Amino acid sequence: MGNDGDLNSVDRRAFLKAASLPCLAACSGALVGARLAAPLFAAPAPENDEQFIKEAKFYEKLPYKKIKCKLCPRECVIDDQERGYCGVRENRGGTYYTLVHSRVVTAHIDPIEKKPFFHFLPGAVAFSLATAGCNVNCKMCQNWEISQVRPEQVRSTYVPPEKLTGFAQQNSCPVIAYTYSEPVVFLEYVLDCAQAARAAGVRSVVVSGGYIQADPLKKLAAQVDAIKIDLKAYSDKFYKEVVNGELKPVLEALVTLRKTGVWNEIVYLVVPTLNDSDSEFQGLARWVKSELGPDVPLHFSQFHPEYLLKNLPPTPVETLERAKAIADAEGLHYVYIGNVPGHPAESTYCPHCRKKVVDRTGYTIAGIHLHHGKCQFCQTPIPGVWT
Amino acid sequence: MLTKPRLRTRRSFLKQSISLGSALWALKGGVAAPWPAQDSSRSRVVIARDGKIRTAGSSLDSAELAKLLDRAMQAAFNCDSPLEAWKKVVRPGEVVGLKVNCLGGRGNATHPELVEAIAERLRQAGITEIVVWDRQNADLGRARYKIVERGSGLRCFGNDTLGFEDDLSAFGQAGSRVCHTLTQVCDAVINLPVLKDHGIAGVTLALKSMFGAIHNPNKYHSNAGDPYVADVFALAPVRQKVRLHICDAINGQYEGGPSYMPQWMWPFNGLLVARDPVALDYVGWKIIEKKRSEMGAKSLAELHREPHYILTAADPEHRLGTCDPKRIEQVEI
Repeated sequence: MGNDGDLNSVDRRAFLKAASLPCLAACSGALVGARLAAPLFAAPAPENDEQFIKEAKFYEKLPYKKIKCKLCPRECVIDDQERGYCGVRENRGGTYYTLVHSRVVTAHIDPIEKKPFFHFLPGAVAFSLATAGCNVNCKMCQNWEISQVRPEQVRSTYVPPEKLTGFAQQNSCPVIAYTYSEPVVFLEYVLDCAQAARAAGVRSVVVSGGYIQADPLKKLAAQVDAIKIDLKAYSDKFYKEVVNGELKPVLEALVTLRKTGVWNEIVYLVVPTLNDSDSEFQGLARWVKSELGPDVPLHFSQFHPEYLLKNLPPTPVETLERAKAIADAEGLHYVYIGNVPGHPAESTYCPHCRKKVVDRTGYTIAGIHLHHGKCQFCQTPIPGVWT
Repeated sequence: MLTKPRLRTRRSFLKQSISLGSALWALKGGVAAPWPAQDSSRSRVVIARDGKIRTAGSSLDSAELAKLLDRAMQAAFNCDSPLEAWKKVVRPGEVVGLKVNCLGGRGNATHPELVEAIAERLRQAGITEIVVWDRQNADLGRARYKIVERGSGLRCFGNDTLGFEDDLSAFGQAGSRVCHTLTQVCDAVINLPVLKDHGIAGVTLALKSMFGAIHNPNKYHSNAGDPYVADVFALAPVRQKVRLHICDAINGQYEGGPSYMPQWMWPFNGLLVARDPVALDYVGWKIIEKKRSEMGAKSLAELHREPHYILTAADPEHRLGTCDPKRIEQVEI
């Protein structure tokens, strides 16, 4: 394809020079990093949309050309010529298709800490990308221009899986991150890319809201190396009114993930007045400890007003510190504060000797004091993927 | 599918449209404003039916359909001539959009014959720029419309031609980008939905048809579309520009919608005309419920898809019209 050839024929500098797609912030918790990211693709949408369309993997056929999507807990029942809630999957004559396979709308090289992953290859850079679409509609979404639109409403570039791995390698990225919008809705593409990447020695990480059914989640977990879940709140009310989703399936997904063994971290974006009560922080911390264990990293991130929640102020740092204090008191070992560059709670501390084992400032790694995954001061194992 | 860069097409469209359009219609007297700014406190819904709109072979008789449209318009506006009625809807020189509903494809979309009849009357009323539009060019094509993106007179294209506003319009639970066709091209819009069942929202008539004006309709089907359908219609660009609703009820579909399901269609041979979208939806909903009952189908309430959004559209927060039967003047001709 024309775009494909263009992408292969130019070096990184040419990419950066030519880039015109907007530089998008990463997940909801990584505002500052948006200023550091560099857009990589600049090609306009190809004329032939058919190259992006592949039959979906998770659905049931119903009578009268209807289908039921089995990808996320929403289980949309979709008539012929209609799309699901995500806007990127379409019923065509009784067969369900993804419209976003290899349809990349943004790509950047980001530090892995921006996702954030704090226990996964510290200091690594991740070739990070997204397609359009999302299966929820968070009122505080920082990337709504790509997550809340249909694929034909935003410029895109054709990047098939084998090319994606090549781009990551050419840019010295040991990791590919599926992020920014919602990888669940472009799962077929993630699975194909992750398989190709693994074969080439490139690892894959996913940043997701975790609103996904167990079967596709297990297949995803088997193919990638780490999954970060944005747990939006610890209340059904918030999920219903702010996220347009449900809490219970996300908690179930976290438990499923834990059982698969794939590396997992959790981010909780603290939104003033909506999900910042002591009881929620305490309930969350107790649930994480009892259902997932004390070693799952939990990041409390600062909210910035965006999209449909511009009426609220940024989260006070004191609120984040209160959340961390509550989670620490409940016995979680790795509780972080995010989106507050320079805060001491960005660094990783050994839960036994309390010494700093990964020293972070913003996305910069000042020092790593681990030896074979253990604290170099007291030899306590620190869970994570360190090499 | 466009063959030229989208930006250039959009720019030329907007340039042309701005030069032709007038945003001042509301400031000049004589033209009907959208509901509820009408003379009477009751909302009139005309149900015009005539079996003669079909020929013996069951195809559509365009001349008879045009006559039915004339009678319906005269009844809706209490006028002695159809032209007099149309002049209460539009003003010479305005760019008028005809929002059709083409999701059901050839079998259950707004009939092009009806659109042609309306366009002819609009021309006689002094309208030289008419834009037939819906969600996507592909939808229009499946429903027998020819895409005409350029030129003057009558154009026809989907939202994929001009795209959407960058900024969000918001009301209640809805936050959406509204299509440029509505915001920047058309001075007035005549909404032309079809009479049909909807598998999630209960029915899809005048209110829900405006999902075709926004970029993210897929986000608004939860809870049988309540309150989203009402919220979307309440978005300022929508409620300010849609002036009239003519529901194509030549055929009705009482089950299996919004897709075309011929086994559940019946010849209603009619048009529903109203300025109040809520009243029209309420009347259309009852027509569909009556047909469901006649055919032994469960009521929409039993199926948990009663269109409560119609009631929401009438509440004090939305005030898009009335669904109180005492305040609906149903005129059958």
